[in-house]
Amino acid sequence: MDIVPALLTGLALGSVYGLIALGFHITSSVCGALNFAQGASAMMGAVLLWMLTQAGWPVPVAVCVAIGACGLYGLIVERAAIRPFLARKSDAWLMATVALGLVCDNGMMLVFGAEPRSMASPLALSSMRLGRADLGVYPLHLLIPVVMLVLAAGIDLFRRKTLHGTAMLAVAQNRDAASIVGIPVGRVVAAAFALSSALAGIAGMMVAPLSHVETGMGVALGLKAFAVAILGGLGSAWGIVAAALLFGLVEAIVTLGIGSGYTQIVTFLLVIIVLTLRPDGLLGRAQVRKV
Amino acid sequence: MAILVPRRTILAGAIGGVAAGLTGCGPRGNNIGIGLITALTAQSAKSGEAITRGLTVAIDEINANGGLLGHRLELIRRDDESNPGKGVTAARELFYKERVAVLFGGLDTPVARAIVPIASAARTPFVVPWAAGTAITHNGTDPNYVFRVSAVDELVDKAMVAFAQRTYGVRRPGLILLNNPWGQSNEKGLKAALTAAGLALGGSEKFEHSDVDVTPQLGRLRAAGADCLMMVATVGPSAQVVKSLDQMNWDVPVVSHWGPAGGRFSELAGPHANRVKFVQTYSFFGPDSPVKTRVLAALETSYPDIKGPQDVTPAVGVANAYDAMHLAALAIRAAGSLDGNAIRRGFARIDRYDGLIKSYRAPFAHGQDALGEQDYIWAQFDQGRIVPVPAKAV
Repeated sequence: MDIVPALLTGLALGSVYGLIALGFHITSSVCGALNFAQGASAMMGAVLLWMLTQAGWPVPVAVCVAIGACGLYGLIVERAAIRPFLARKSDAWLMATVALGLVCDNGMMLVFGAEPRSMASPLALSSMRLGRADLGVYPLHLLIPVVMLVLAAGIDLFRRKTLHGTAMLAVAQNRDAASIVGIPVGRVVAAAFALSSALAGIAGMMVAPLSHVETGMGVALGLKAFAVAILGGLGSAWGIVAAALLFGLVEAIVTLGIGSGYTQIVTFLLVIIVLTLRPDGLLGRAQVRKV
Repeated sequence: MAILVPRRTILAGAIGGVAAGLTGCGPRGNNIGIGLITALTAQSAKSGEAITRGLTVAIDEINANGGLLGHRLELIRRDDESNPGKGVTAARELFYKERVAVLFGGLDTPVARAIVPIASAARTPFVVPWAAGTAITHNGTDPNYVFRVSAVDELVDKAMVAFAQRTYGVRRPGLILLNNPWGQSNEKGLKAALTAAGLALGGSEKFEHSDVDVTPQLGRLRAAGADCLMMVATVGPSAQVVKSLDQMNWDVPVVSHWGPAGGRFSELAGPHANRVKFVQTYSFFGPDSPVKTRVLAALETSYPDIKGPQDVTPAVGVANAYDAMHLAALAIRAAGSLDGNAIRRGFARIDRYDGLIKSYRAPFAHGQDALGEQDYIWAQFDQGRIVPVPAKAV
């Protein structure tokens, strides 16, 4: 049985979901709202990177520009689909973010085309070897979990050790009080959405060489990432990291062990069971509500 | 001075106008409408364009030779976006409003199956130049208004097993199938074909269109001792199978339905795209014929992006549609009128047609499918072109 490559690939795919899910965590913590079309941001990252590299841009520059563009898209999401509804204490941002995601998907299709395209990467050319043994995975498979862990740690440090991070925590705890002490609440919330979209864009760029680039690629990624975010606990970054790795491993083990026909059934049943036992996710905490 | 028009007159005028539209009093003028419902946008747009081109070249030839029954033919296209609901809406419009004489369509089996009852109710022939689902023509209707010039899943499954046996001497093929109705339908057919051929099944695995990684499924097939893969999937997922095989360093023959032929498979699958051998009904790299020379010249004249046979992709869409249009024209001639039932009977009366794919002899005299297992060819990608598998490999 190809257990080692399956597990390593599972960890890599779980980490892709995790990167997108961390975006849910960031915006949820700051303002209680989510961009339900995070998958569209992931797609945008991959599509923009493909288009820029095809246009002859150096890869490092293209990566930075694509991440920046995803961040900009996050700002648009916040301005157009979040802020107007939060200001009216409406939950319509749920539908507005989905709608904006559809606009993004279809808009990108006009520019990129409907056909999937290949994105080559030197990190996904030949499988890695350990001594004489073939690991059956590409270097990119090992890099993706490392990137997720580093970014999760970076976000954690940013929030605990920097002034801007502290401002985010303050906004998350009490918007009115944060505003009174001079924290620009609107800008902090917008920055959270920009960061959230940028993380999803990075996830899209990293998964594209393992698969291909197409405008519909974000739908399944976004759905699984949302399951991971809920499983880990929306309020806990490390819970999401743990849930992402667990989700990827379970997908791989179930497919390898009892067959692909059972993968979705077992994986999502597991999500339901965990949430029944721990309604706030693996490491999430129940929020105290003042009445 | 105001002119007063009685409301009853306005109502009668409105009803009359709507009725005229519904009964099709000739919005096409003096032309015969030929309908086409296919995917013109979304992922299968390239295949829909191929069908359009095949029909257009044939229609231009027919019109250049005086048209049919004294009328010119006019192609009326509608986009189904691979969505059965949109296909049904478009079919109703083309049958009842545009009054097409024959409807072509069905790039996707679900869309084609959804249109079958509409065509039967409208008593207008429906010709399928692509979708291979067996139940499209074996639909239980009597009289049957559905005809096809394309592959048939049930026959493709038998051909895949026979090709794998003949070419690779396989004993235990494994199935790797897209998890959708097309994959399910072929799973039954392939298992039946394997049983009939006396071969053991080396496992059957499904995967999703969005799956990034297929190594767990392929790992199960390798563990089960599969010595060949039978693949039924569209372009992107087929490419994922090849990439996952590369990742696993598993060098196993892959015999496929024609899914990989519809798009940029060689680009997506990478350097080992040519390990996949897939069924086709036609290749412009096959034997020369006067019809092939004529069609290729017409394509190069009409479409600037076509510089040679390598640019006619997917070739099956062009070839099936081209032959299907000429066969439909023969049926209309045999009918001598535009009555749908007469045209249906006209299909059965077609005697001979020397087409692009083959010389047809009474193609619909005994059934609804013009092509059979003996008409399939095997192809692979070579530097981005779909070429027949070299004879020594077959």
